[in-house]
Amino acid sequence: MMHWLIMALGVWVAALAVNIELSSQRGFLAQLAMPVLFGAALIALWQGVVVGLNVSPIVLPAPSAIWGRFWAETPTLWADFQQTFIGGALSGYIMGCGAAFIVAILVDRSPFLRAGLLPVGNFIAALPIIGIAPIFVMWFGFGWESKAAVVVAMVFFPMLINTVAGLQSVDAMQRDLMRTYAANYPQTLLKLRLPSAGPFIFNGLKICTTLALIGAIVAEFFGSPIVGMGFRISTGAGRLELDMVWATIAVAALAGSAFYGVVALIEKRATFWHPSQRR
Amino acid sequence: MTRTLPILTIVAAIIVFWYAMTVVMNSKWTYDQASRAGVEVSFSEMVADTLAQDRPVLPAPHQVVAEIWKTTAEQKVTSKRSLVYHGWVTLSATLLGFAIGTALGISIAIGIVYSRVMDGSVMPWVIASQTIPILAIAPMIVVMFNSMGVTGLLPKAIISAYLSFFPVTVGMVKGLRAPEGHLLDLMRTYNASRLAVLWKLRLPASMPYLFASLKIAMAASLVGAIVGEMPTGAKAGFGARLLVGSQFGQPLTIWSALIGAAVLAGLLMIVISVIQRATLKRMGMAT
Repeated sequence: MMHWLIMALGVWVAALAVNIELSSQRGFLAQLAMPVLFGAALIALWQGVVVGLNVSPIVLPAPSAIWGRFWAETPTLWADFQQTFIGGALSGYIMGCGAAFIVAILVDRSPFLRAGLLPVGNFIAALPIIGIAPIFVMWFGFGWESKAAVVVAMVFFPMLINTVAGLQSVDAMQRDLMRTYAANYPQTLLKLRLPSAGPFIFNGLKICTTLALIGAIVAEFFGSPIVGMGFRISTGAGRLELDMVWATIAVAALAGSAFYGVVALIEKRATFWHPSQRR
Repeated sequence: MTRTLPILTIVAAIIVFWYAMTVVMNSKWTYDQASRAGVEVSFSEMVADTLAQDRPVLPAPHQVVAEIWKTTAEQKVTSKRSLVYHGWVTLSATLLGFAIGTALGISIAIGIVYSRVMDGSVMPWVIASQTIPILAIAPMIVVMFNSMGVTGLLPKAIISAYLSFFPVTVGMVKGLRAPEGHLLDLMRTYNASRLAVLWKLRLPASMPYLFASLKIAMAASLVGAIVGEMPTGAKAGFGARLLVGSQFGQPLTIWSALIGAAVLAGLLMIVISVIQRATLKRMGMAT
């Protein structure tokens, strides 16, 4: 059993050596290879330690066991994914961010409302809103509706304050230019302020992707039908089927990263003019 | 005055909206009860009833305040029925996790700034680690540590630390790279060692970034502690109160725990702001 441990350490050291070599290289492939190697080495170390030290699968299952479980239970995981991600997270994300966007544009017209809403919104965004989950499950039932409601509550304020801040980011010179063109409010909004708010809006959208998935999964701990990622995690932990739990976590991680990636990609296309997007 | 008036207006609007929702959401129960008893209720009777139910769908603000008063001022602090006791349990886990997370975050940031290997290989994973909904597996991590014999404060604190290290790392990497080229060149002309550059230039320059990240980290840490408390048999802490209230159908318990957590979050933010203002003022960085 010891040779597993030694092998894992060997892989780790080798990956480190290659990475040190790569760090002096420039170019896209080297930049991509470094994190991939680091991740692979991490998984190899995990496998080696679990098998080498004979760690009980009740404490930490080996990556190979998780991998096997992932392929054996694909239909279940797919159903969970649909229930939690499509039903709960995505619909809540669209409703919450959409509502926040509209409210932000309305609020933006009144300096008084803006001055009041920004500090309150900042405060509420720092609150542990996830605690509202048991209440929403009581109100909206066990289905995906209550999860979507929790997600709406979680993403609303971060999105709101980012959009309001973005709409404010236009400087006086640009506003004056629009005035000299005799541009009216909708024109200024569409042609100057919304585009310049883009980076802020996308920042909010990116923060909200993770919040949405967390909200949907945690809300399921307070009651769900017998399908869903949160349900799978809590029952899996209860039945000590940790390989199933980790397989669900892997799905959540993939879904979360892909969600974030898609939003980041749209951002790249939509705000190509911003300094942070230039190459 | 120009700042407080709008804020007060918004807060007042929220409270009015809350009362209105209380009446709307609780009225069904009132009408049900009345029709079963065979009596007609007038509108004013209905409103009065909705604001004073024992197990309302949505409790009125004054009911929550009364519940909080009952569980803080009228209980001994050490009692398990006291919200102060539960708040202290959550606070200690939050602070421990926050301390671990901040220390870890700063160390990783220093590593990333000083080592190109870490910059290339670790930084993408630090970002990827946050797209993983770690909070979702928080209960399982607590159970896992319990099965290994680690109980009490530490498992919750580890979750808090995991959530709070990320904003600190990202903020500090930005902050440690904030000094401009000519400042670094000046340090070179002084023949300053790498440690001296870190200690006398990079760390002081990163302070504004640090405090901005600390606020986010503290909020994340509190959320982590609350979620971490849910699976431990609902013994103590705000998270446990939420779960107890949810399982026994006691909305007042849930709402008082929620408001308690909100107050705690507010207090922690104020503490960090005060330290931030004092530190930046002494360093001559106050804006």
